[in-house]
Amino acid sequence: MVAQAVMIPFDELKVGMHAKVVQFDRTNALTRLMEMGFTPGAEFTVLKVAPFGDPIEIDLRGYRLCIRKAEMEGVEIEIIR
Amino acid sequence: MRSKSSANAAESAANRHPLIVFAGNPNAGKTTLFNALTGSSQKVGNYPGVTVERVSSEIKLNGQTVEFLDVPGLYSLDPVSEDERVAVGAIQGAPGFPRPDVMVVVIDASNFERNLYLFSMLAETQIPIVVALSMEDRYAEQGFTIDHDQLQALLGVEVISAAGGKNAEELKQAIWRCLQNPRSARIGPESTRETEITILQERLARQGADLTRKMISEELTNPTNRFDDAPEIAEAFARAREKISQAGKYSDPANISDRYKWSVTVEKQVTRGQPTSNLTLTDRIDRILIHRVFGLAIFIGLMYLVFFSIYTLARPVMDAIQGSFDWAGARISPSLAGVPIIQSLLVDGLLQGVGSVMVFLPQILILFFFIAMLEGTGYLSRAAFLMDRLLGWCGLNGRAFIPLLSSFACAVPGILAARVLPDQRSRLATILVAPLMSCSARLPVYLLLIGAFIEPSFGPYWAGLALFAMHLVGLAAAVPIVWFINKKMLKGNRLPFILELPPYEWPRWRDVWLAMYFRARVFVKTAGTIIVVMSVIIWGLTSFPNFNSPKQERLSGSYLASFGRALEPAFRPAGFDWRITTAILSAFPARETVVPSLGIIFRSESEDRAQLSESIKRATWPDGRKLISPATAIAIMVFFALCCQCMSTLAAIKRETNSLRWPLFVFTYMTVLAYISAVACQWAFGWIR
Repeated sequence: MVAQAVMIPFDELKVGMHAKVVQFDRTNALTRLMEMGFTPGAEFTVLKVAPFGDPIEIDLRGYRLCIRKAEMEGVEIEIIR
Repeated sequence: MRSKSSANAAESAANRHPLIVFAGNPNAGKTTLFNALTGSSQKVGNYPGVTVERVSSEIKLNGQTVEFLDVPGLYSLDPVSEDERVAVGAIQGAPGFPRPDVMVVVIDASNFERNLYLFSMLAETQIPIVVALSMEDRYAEQGFTIDHDQLQALLGVEVISAAGGKNAEELKQAIWRCLQNPRSARIGPESTRETEITILQERLARQGADLTRKMISEELTNPTNRFDDAPEIAEAFARAREKISQAGKYSDPANISDRYKWSVTVEKQVTRGQPTSNLTLTDRIDRILIHRVFGLAIFIGLMYLVFFSIYTLARPVMDAIQGSFDWAGARISPSLAGVPIIQSLLVDGLLQGVGSVMVFLPQILILFFFIAMLEGTGYLSRAAFLMDRLLGWCGLNGRAFIPLLSSFACAVPGILAARVLPDQRSRLATILVAPLMSCSARLPVYLLLIGAFIEPSFGPYWAGLALFAMHLVGLAAAVPIVWFINKKMLKGNRLPFILELPPYEWPRWRDVWLAMYFRARVFVKTAGTIIVVMSVIIWGLTSFPNFNSPKQERLSGSYLASFGRALEPAFRPAGFDWRITTAILSAFPARETVVPSLGIIFRSESEDRAQLSESIKRATWPDGRKLISPATAIAIMVFFALCCQCMSTLAAIKRETNSLRWPLFVFTYMTVLAYISAVACQWAFGWIR
């Protein structure tokens, strides 16, 4: 049985969550993020949150990437588990 | 430190040797491979018009001379940073760059999808390619191997295993074969087509239609009405056609997804094995090193260890270097006794000046040893991750930590390192505060004054702490300044913060050694040029017009001393007399010269050859009070910590920002800040006895 995917805002991501990128606001600022493999459909796991709450470290396509939650406005994600 | 001028920009394009460029993602192991292939025969220069370092090496390949060129690491051919722009220019043979004859693409096996994304772009340049596959050992630990034959077949180019810089000879021969018989990769629009066919085939299979690749390919080229009764399928074909026609266009978001789909397809076809354990060594180390509490504590501890090592380990070597220069001076002196001007110029001017700079060499080596180690292990990125929020609120980002840390060795490489910041605003902000970081040229002042005034009365632990504190002064001043600069002065949009945390690795000694070697070489070169000139100028200003008087009168009546006296009233609130003022003035072109100046000024008063620190401890005001109290020592150190006394730094800022405005701004704000802070220290610490 497939669990119902839940859309959540980016800043509600917690350590250990496994999520999927649904879609993007297509702003130029986020193009580089896509080039790093953060494309719609890509799945990632939250590995760590930095000492002061931001940035976060995610496991994406087999490598570790740090991004700021604060800069992820307009990125729609859903929780897989 | 100066970088080479870009005069060698227009190297003769005609009749050049075959050019082999090394391209790949950052952290893919490119530099390790390049170092293994070329060793210390590397030439470090600049790319025309920009200050990105150009690392190249000419080597003999089966009797023919070829040039190897290590371009900066990049994630995409659609550049966002200065480094990437240069890398892209060098790869694509943009105007001013010769077109490469062969490209060695370093692919990190353990980070296959993203590395292949870049490969898909590089392949479209049509430059003949040899793939060097790195980090296979790491991938094997995760339980996977890569089928080289299959990968070769899919990419259409030769694939050589190059883990950790091994197989250098085999790679050279593959480059040679590629030069003789050029092969460019067979992907790009063609492979998009292949990918689309695979996707369509799977989709059709799900709906029960079993079509061969050939049938799908024909349908893509010549649409029929076969799927008229299945509009979904017809639409899927239409989308695939659209994607294929768009392939080859960069930075179109849809296109990025396509490339990643292609790279996943390739990965699936060449990867063998099953994942072993979910927890890698890196995961386990990271549990502690980037832990919210322990991580920060370890970071602070590490930084303290770095500065403590510089303070303690360098000492004996520094004494040895100073000793050998003194010895040389004592040997040369008698033979020149007949010509006092030449004797004085050589011994008091040149030897003193150059010796006092060479004395830094151990510290520079230790610092770059630590930076190379931290970078080589992958810890520097973790530090950036930990620091991002702290640096971020004032408009910098965690990445700025790396140029700022380099600036603790020397602001010039630090300012150059700011190129790693992709967005112009953070880059400029970082450049403008980098000179506030306490560079190693300030160390001798700290060591001298802490050794003379803090250590004797408070002990070695307070001395170490004082040294650490001196390194924090500039950092603490930088935060509000950068906030102000960012809010009030800089415009332009900012890019999101994106930082990769590479897996931990033992640094390779060769890489560490080469990094130290090149830094030291640049440093010694500077000592051989600017510092020699400055030493002679300062010697002249302190020796004339009364050269024939006894030493003390010679100095107290010199040009520099009269200038120092004229300015003494201005520095009086900080507790500086004309001698300290004179030393400060003499240090404006390069702060390295301050200790030799102090040496000339204070030592010549006491005719015995006592240690400089003894002389300055004994120095008094005309009324007999001690000249330097602990408060004055702190004021002098803080002044040196904050003041911009370095021509090379200002020149680097001018070059990097391409304007006179920013170096002038830096010079002004730092000088004012240093003066105010020195006065404040005299007040605040007056109670210390």
